[in-house]
Amino acid sequence: MADLKITSLHKHYGGVQAVRGIDLEVASGEFTVLVGPSGCGKSTLLRTIAGLETPDGGTIEIGGKVVNYVRPRDRDIAMVFQNYALYPYMNVFENIAFGLRARKTPAAEIESRVRRAADMLGITPLLERLPRQLSGGQRQRVAIGRAIVRNARLFLFDEPLSNLDAQLRDEMRSEIKRLHQELGTTMIYVTHDQIEAMTLADRIVLLRDGKIEQAGSPLDLYERPATRFVAGFLGSPQMNFIPAQVTQIGGGGWAVKLAEGGNLVLPRARDGLAEGRLIVLGLRPQYITRANGADKPGHQRIGVTVELVQPTGSRAYITFPLGGVATVAELDSHAVQKPGEHIDLDLDMSRAVLIDPETNRVI
Amino acid sequence: MSEQPPFLRRPGTVLGLRYAVALALTLFFVFPVYWLFIISFKTPEEIFAFPPVWYPKSIQFANYRALFKGGDAVTVWNSLVLAGVSTVIAMVLGTMAAYSLVRFKTGGENLAVWIISQRMMPPIAIAFPIFLLYVFFGWVDSYHGLIILYTAFSLPYVIWMMRGYIEDLPLELEESALVDGCTRWEVLWKVVFPMVRSGLFATAVFTFVFAWNDFLFALVLTRTEVITYTVQVTHYFGGQSNFWAKIAAMSVLGTIPVFFAVATLQRYLVRGISMGAVKG
Repeated sequence: MADLKITSLHKHYGGVQAVRGIDLEVASGEFTVLVGPSGCGKSTLLRTIAGLETPDGGTIEIGGKVVNYVRPRDRDIAMVFQNYALYPYMNVFENIAFGLRARKTPAAEIESRVRRAADMLGITPLLERLPRQLSGGQRQRVAIGRAIVRNARLFLFDEPLSNLDAQLRDEMRSEIKRLHQELGTTMIYVTHDQIEAMTLADRIVLLRDGKIEQAGSPLDLYERPATRFVAGFLGSPQMNFIPAQVTQIGGGGWAVKLAEGGNLVLPRARDGLAEGRLIVLGLRPQYITRANGADKPGHQRIGVTVELVQPTGSRAYITFPLGGVATVAELDSHAVQKPGEHIDLDLDMSRAVLIDPETNRVI
Repeated sequence: MSEQPPFLRRPGTVLGLRYAVALALTLFFVFPVYWLFIISFKTPEEIFAFPPVWYPKSIQFANYRALFKGGDAVTVWNSLVLAGVSTVIAMVLGTMAAYSLVRFKTGGENLAVWIISQRMMPPIAIAFPIFLLYVFFGWVDSYHGLIILYTAFSLPYVIWMMRGYIEDLPLELEESALVDGCTRWEVLWKVVFPMVRSGLFATAVFTFVFAWNDFLFALVLTRTEVITYTVQVTHYFGGQSNFWAKIAAMSVLGTIPVFFAVATLQRYLVRGISMGAVKG
């Protein structure tokens, strides 16, 4: 059974439509990440699930029960906030125990559950401290502790790592992933960071302007984006978008013709291809490699002049002109030394996406 | 910039001068208070002696005994009841109203400004209408009459101050408590009150002092039963002579409760006042 079912949910603030007809089901034990740019409605959606906002239309069911007008405390949810939301006048133990005390849990059980959660998060030595004596990462652990101690049906995370520095964010991300594996609870996690979304999610729900743009497994969205927006949002560096024209080649095959005249052969046919049709060719920087030895099937070899080299350690982002736009490839750091170099690259055309420039949908 | 004169260059001179100025200022401001206290312990001869008696030969409590024996001291009790009860009511109602204004936007954006504008009105402007109203209701010379009036007068101030403190609270703290299992009342009690404690005390002290120091309404609306100490003091100013000993003793009695209130709550008072002032 789905732990959460949302049917045509609407929410507006004054004249602004924050959520516009969202349908979503979250299966029991699933880690769902709501991701999207600022103002896409992801936090509003989460807050509506939590009961901190009342929907203007549609229904929210938690555990098979419609909860539209049920108070947050009666929804069997736990929530972790971006700013930790720790009570500054209570020590860590009391902060974690707060929800249990509010629900009149017996003292002995509070003690054991708080200790267990603290052990799990490695914060047992901090139990007597006040929040102001903790670092950002420790505070977020306490906030997570306060949520897991409740044994709620649904865990909600509202951008919990946004206030942490990069290193701590990576650490806490693995922590949350580990926690989900251990607890197996249903989690809904809001973030604007696509790396967090990709690494944590069983399923990503990508939102845009209050609607779901696409939902699916991280790899599904990464490899088979439905729209140009999805293709561009996921993946770093961003997918290259090169304007081109479809053209028929010998043997019933198809190719795309670039502005400078070269043809890139498409290894497989798709519906809607027609001679002269304008398209946008989408190619991820990771699917461009340094040419090496014989031609690989499905790959197209091209010669380019490197304009820019950005080393990141083991990998380097190189920029070169293709089809009139600056195109990025992610190569091994040692593959390219400096700008101005002429090199051969293999484009993996089997992974290329073709986008209709008018509808911005993938063909 | 010109050179410092040589005597200022000697180590410790500047500090010494600062202390001297501070001491002079302190003496200037503390002297009237000292004089009031000391008069209350003097005999009539010492009070009128010339040259003045700077400190009495023996401390005697006859003036205070006279106040208690004559029943005049009960006016301090009256002030305490009126100021205390009206402060408690105003704090409870005002804090709830402020919470409602901040979190539920009750009355829209401008209601809070309208409320505080009530406080701008000079009390004397409504003293006469209130008197007529109170005569009509039969509330003159009653505890509840003055308590209602003081509460009404303090509420705008309490609402305004508490609104500022509550606005500064992170909303997430309350939302987290709501999700964790609290009702709105519990949120108010377990989260909001502890967070604004300093502000609560600071506001309460000012509210108390306002009612405690009121003279105008106490004069207009009391006769014999609920006279406050501020009104009682004026009874000692006679046409022929002034009872300086009683004036001093009554004034001291009237100062003590406020002194203790401020002294015990000083920690919160300072923090509460600066809480509103220093926004992050």
